[in-house]
Amino acid sequence: MTVILNQSFTGISIGAVLLLIALGLTLTFGQMGVINMAHGEFIMAGAYTTYVLQKSISSAGVSLLVALPVAFLVAGAMGALLEWLLIRRLYTRPLDTLLVTWGVSLMLQQLARDVFGAPNVQTAAPDVLTGNISLGGGVTFASSRLFILGLALLSVLALTLILKLTPLGRRIRAVVQNRDLAEVSGIATGRVDRVTFFIGSGLAGVAGVALTLVGPIGPTMGTNYIVDAFLVVVVGGIGQLKGSVITAFALGVLQSVLEYSTTVSVAKVIVLVAIVAFLQWRPQGLYTLRTRSLA
Amino acid sequence: MTTTTTAPVTTHPVPLLERLRVPGGFVLGAVLLLGVAPLVLSDFRLSLLAKYLCYAIVAVGVSLAWGRGGLMVLGQGVFFGLGGYAMAMHLKLTDAAATGETLPDFMQLYGTGDALPWWWKPFANPAFALAMTVLLPMAVAAVLGFFVFQRRVKGAYFAILSQALAAALSIWLIGQQATTGGTNGLTGIQGFFGYSLDDPVNQRMVYFVIAAVLLLLMALARQLFVSRYGELLVAVRDSEERVRFLGYNPANIKLIAYVVAAGMAGLAGALFVPAVGIISPALIGVVPSIGFVIGAAVGGRASLVGAVLGAIAVAWAQSTLSDEFPAAWTYLQGLLFVVAVGFLPGGLASLSVVLRRRRPRTGTRTTGETA
Repeated sequence: MTVILNQSFTGISIGAVLLLIALGLTLTFGQMGVINMAHGEFIMAGAYTTYVLQKSISSAGVSLLVALPVAFLVAGAMGALLEWLLIRRLYTRPLDTLLVTWGVSLMLQQLARDVFGAPNVQTAAPDVLTGNISLGGGVTFASSRLFILGLALLSVLALTLILKLTPLGRRIRAVVQNRDLAEVSGIATGRVDRVTFFIGSGLAGVAGVALTLVGPIGPTMGTNYIVDAFLVVVVGGIGQLKGSVITAFALGVLQSVLEYSTTVSVAKVIVLVAIVAFLQWRPQGLYTLRTRSLA
Repeated sequence: MTTTTTAPVTTHPVPLLERLRVPGGFVLGAVLLLGVAPLVLSDFRLSLLAKYLCYAIVAVGVSLAWGRGGLMVLGQGVFFGLGGYAMAMHLKLTDAAATGETLPDFMQLYGTGDALPWWWKPFANPAFALAMTVLLPMAVAAVLGFFVFQRRVKGAYFAILSQALAAALSIWLIGQQATTGGTNGLTGIQGFFGYSLDDPVNQRMVYFVIAAVLLLLMALARQLFVSRYGELLVAVRDSEERVRFLGYNPANIKLIAYVVAAGMAGLAGALFVPAVGIISPALIGVVPSIGFVIGAAVGGRASLVGAVLGAIAVAWAQSTLSDEFPAAWTYLQGLLFVVAVGFLPGGLASLSVVLRRRRPRTGTRTTGETA
């Protein structure tokens, strides 16, 4: 029983990390169909922001809290710049954005290597987040993981509220559902795209801050997460927030259960096969936006 | 192009003689590869060229599946790897047998038992191993492609799935240290079907084999391009629904392109092993898989010659620049992606067309029409 509980908590915390990194993609990939491979490097930018802030603010707790909004702005600004420079020229060729942004991602990685050096760096976690929280009966939960879970859920909540309640959210949803109709209704779709990209990339920065608590910070850290994040979005259904939430936790638990019963590498392969099988059943993902288009 | 519905089904869009005509460029390429290059290049340069040509063979498949079929094949590393490992497993076994051992050297170091794993055993047979270098990648591609295309999973979904496949295979290989050599891969291959690879003469032989295979596959791909099937493939790329409404099944058309491209990548991987002497997870994961595509993108994805020359040029630039200026090369590589794909979607092969038009409109589909 303890094993089962501990494994499901591990699964949930893997899921929380997945959710946090996939959340921004649900917006950029989901709304605009842009496959932004540089998303991983925005995560990296968020992580390095934490690292730089910790150099100037000695208290680990304060620097972490400051890092959250700063990383959001840094990564968001990078995303908006990328959108303005390159991606807006490529909306008619969504598949090509994958290769173009992959090129951007290569350059950003090298930039990080030139600025911060090739070896990984580390940040100190605040004391509050270093221990384990015991839930009784030998069941423990690392408090840093709990923080990430909280952060992920908070981000989902904030994003949901923005999308559902604000005028900006209404415009974003309108553009997702029918770009042409939104445009003739007087919505500046280009500007909405840029703001959406800003928010989506900013969320990657927030994810980067969270990842400093569970792993090292390095130039290639983004590539380690990017494929998994895309799989979450694909399975969840493009542009569907609740789909991504459910998928992230489901994949997290599946991964941890399989890792327990087999090995890490075999678990990865089985998860992939499961995803292919799932797409047989629901090719458009868990939740779909109902449209009448053929594509 | 303009086959009318009244024409008999057997009519080919291009007359038979026209299709069998050997273009002058092909002859020129053959003379350059098989005649001039071995004469003027040193042994070292020639073995480097052999390596680039392996990437070019992958590019032939990429040009077919991506350039003509619109399938973004981001997992060609998987097929390259399957072919490479199949070949390397056979060569490791014969190397071991030559020294009187039953196990390859790395298994004696890391292996858990004395026995050869059951799935290694058939690879001792040269005919089986050779067949597997092509059939194994094709089978994997057929299974995956069948399920994926049948359910109309396409575009970004397909690209991400094929990329995930590359990630999964390289992670799996790294995890199986005892039976696949793990991160190191299969290294130190000495013999190639009884010929020592240390001998420069035999290295030249390997080069000739690779060059001949490349030319052969290019000829095959060209026949596919101009055939009725090639026209259908382009039609599927440009308007899949319309092709479906005309009564074809786009899934089958795409499947053929995907499987053929996988077989070509497998063959390239198999030839890469004797040319370079190593196959490892680092050569087949997500990053090299995207690398296989970029050569074709730079040269011109839909143009066969463009894709091949692009692959050779990018591989050459990589090995020349990355040793001396590793940082500069990474920036340049990134820039190549951005410029070639973002602003010149037809690749360098379309440069003359683009320049003639002066100002290309980004909104129009210029991708494939430039070949």
